Amino acid sequence: MRASEVDKRELVARRVAQELRDGYTVNLGIGMPTLVANYIPAGTEVIFQSENGMLGMGPFPLEGEEDADLVNAGKETVSEIPGSSYFSSSDSFAMIRGGHVDLTVLGGLQADEKGNLANWAIPGRMLKGMGGAMDLVSGAKRVIIAMEHTSKDGKPKIMRKCTLPLTGVGVVDLVVTELAVIEVTPQGLVLREIAEDVTPEAVQKVTEARLRVAPDLKKIAL
Amino acid sequence: MDKTVANADLAVRRIHDGASIMMGGFGICGIPENLIAAVHRAGTKNLTVISNNAGTADFGIGFLLQAKQVHKMVASYVGENKLFEQLVLSGEIELELNPQGTLAERIRAGGAGIPAFYTPTGYGTMIAEGKETREFGGRMYVLEKALRADFAFVKAWKGDRWGNLMYRKTARNYNPVMATAADYVIAEVEELVELGGIPSDQVHTPGVYVNAIFQGAHYERRIEKRTVRRRVRV
Repeated sequence: MRASEVDKRELVARRVAQELRDGYTVNLGIGMPTLVANYIPAGTEVIFQSENGMLGMGPFPLEGEEDADLVNAGKETVSEIPGSSYFSSSDSFAMIRGGHVDLTVLGGLQADEKGNLANWAIPGRMLKGMGGAMDLVSGAKRVIIAMEHTSKDGKPKIMRKCTLPLTGVGVVDLVVTELAVIEVTPQGLVLREIAEDVTPEAVQKVTEARLRVAPDLKKIAL
Repeated sequence: MDKTVANADLAVRRIHDGASIMMGGFGICGIPENLIAAVHRAGTKNLTVISNNAGTADFGIGFLLQAKQVHKMVASYVGENKLFEQLVLSGEIELELNPQGTLAERIRAGGAGIPAFYTPTGYGTMIAEGKETREFGGRMYVLEKALRADFAFVKAWKGDRWGNLMYRKTARNYNPVMATAADYVIAEVEELVELGGIPSDQVHTPGVYVNAIFQGAHYERRIEKRTVRRRVRV
């Protein structure tokens, strides 16, 4: 991974972390969203839910303390903390579907101006499965998509209408990229914040959907 | 009452070609590894396997895939298994993908006498194609059907001769719900204890659901992705 990609991912994770609130129960998706856990604001206590059946997920274990019975939804070894609890997959998704998770942060292939999300399938490639993503986007109270603003070959990912198979319809609340923070509203996408070194015009240029610039547009402050 | 059987090979004897089997586990965490190995040894064919994942290429359900014993797989994510991918692309194996929560709830419904249920998950996606949809309170839902199997393989930490089970950490995952949704449920445990060895308040799966139980001969405790923090010397 190139240094600039690492920077992008870190930038996105740090900005998303600002959306965490004290007392939130949060489910972080695999990949870039996982990094959000590294930037919890001081004085904010959040509880991480892992959909394979754990609340109060701790950090990676210390070397030598890995436990084959204790993994996160990415199958990585994790640790428990005081207050942790375990439950079955059906309880876990009852919790998710039932609206008990305050926030989920997921990666995205495409998001569009209606708040639709595509993040699990690319036509022509074998379908590997959606895992828990469809349940998370339909059940969590708030859905934030953390992704790079464009695809690796420079194509827009924030679309008028998703062209890839959908994960959920009208489910996205906020999209955070290395260039911008974009809110999904009933009137379409609103550009709330932009990165230090870009203009709204530059962001629009790499975005297929039309962005309305918020009257109080801010720079992303980390 | 004594539901114990001597070993995995005896436990899987009644499984016939073409059977459907639920297998607990998430990735390779909490999988019934002794039962899977026994089915591999028995060479039972044409199986339908219902499990969240398809194992890795060289562990768990991967053994059964390698030996071409599986005809159909019902799962939510199969990304960590190259062999599986080849089998699907070559048409040798049929794959039915379910959203993870829908899969868990279909199984829960199957065990609880509920034939179908409405869920918001997957509405407007390809998962909902051909399925009934309905509005409740201004929101759209998809009708999903319950899922049951001929057999369920369940892995627990401790168990007793009545079939009471207790799981450990995230190795619980699909095991308790699958224990409720099959005609014949086989539990393998790391430790077979006396009645009362699991405090009654801590029984996760009451014995009523379990038909046969045995202590696994060996647990490899394999880890799919080892991630650690470095120790800092003070």
